[in-house]
Amino acid sequence: MILARIVGTVVSTRKDPRLEGQKLLIVKPISPEGADESGYLIAVDTVDSGFRETVLVVSGSSARMAADCKDRPVDAAIIGVVDSVKLDSAHEAELAVARRK
Amino acid sequence: MQLGRVIGTVVATMKDSRLLGQRLLVVQPLDSHGKETGRPLVALDSVGVGAGETIYWCRGREASFPFLPDEVPTEATIVGIVDEINLSSRV
Repeated sequence: MILARIVGTVVSTRKDPRLEGQKLLIVKPISPEGADESGYLIAVDTVDSGFRETVLVVSGSSARMAADCKDRPVDAAIIGVVDSVKLDSAHEAELAVARRK
Repeated sequence: MQLGRVIGTVVATMKDSRLLGQRLLVVQPLDSHGKETGRPLVALDSVGVGAGETIYWCRGREASFPFLPDEVPTEATIVGIVDEINLSSRV
């Protein structure tokens, strides 16, 4: 699973009937520190997340196991709204050293 | 499966109901020499790992198998803790 931030929505009228009623959001992957990473994903929202929230995205065939995604043509689903990410202090120290270099 | 190191935790209140009670950990993938490689990811814990431990994790649909018969929506799960790695220098 990856951490991502919601950056937009997708509106689609003509689509697979099994996608009807699903909320489609554009999410941008982020690092655990919160920095944007390259690329984007269109994901089905299963937890009522909102704009700019940090979310947990499951991709691949496991996305179909998310709530109400069974047998739907979905390969990315938002399954959690992230409250906080806590990194181990040792790793934070390593990152600080890496940033200074 | 791949090697990784647990570098942090994720807290999420609003989540899929089948994730309730599961630990969400931030894992940094490692290469065979223990060097960090690639982007960190969020994985579930099926074995009870601690902070900073070297582990191996499973990717894809199979990642939900440790939690059967529950169908937990995960594509990355920690399935073991590494005690020791013995590696030929050719790898």
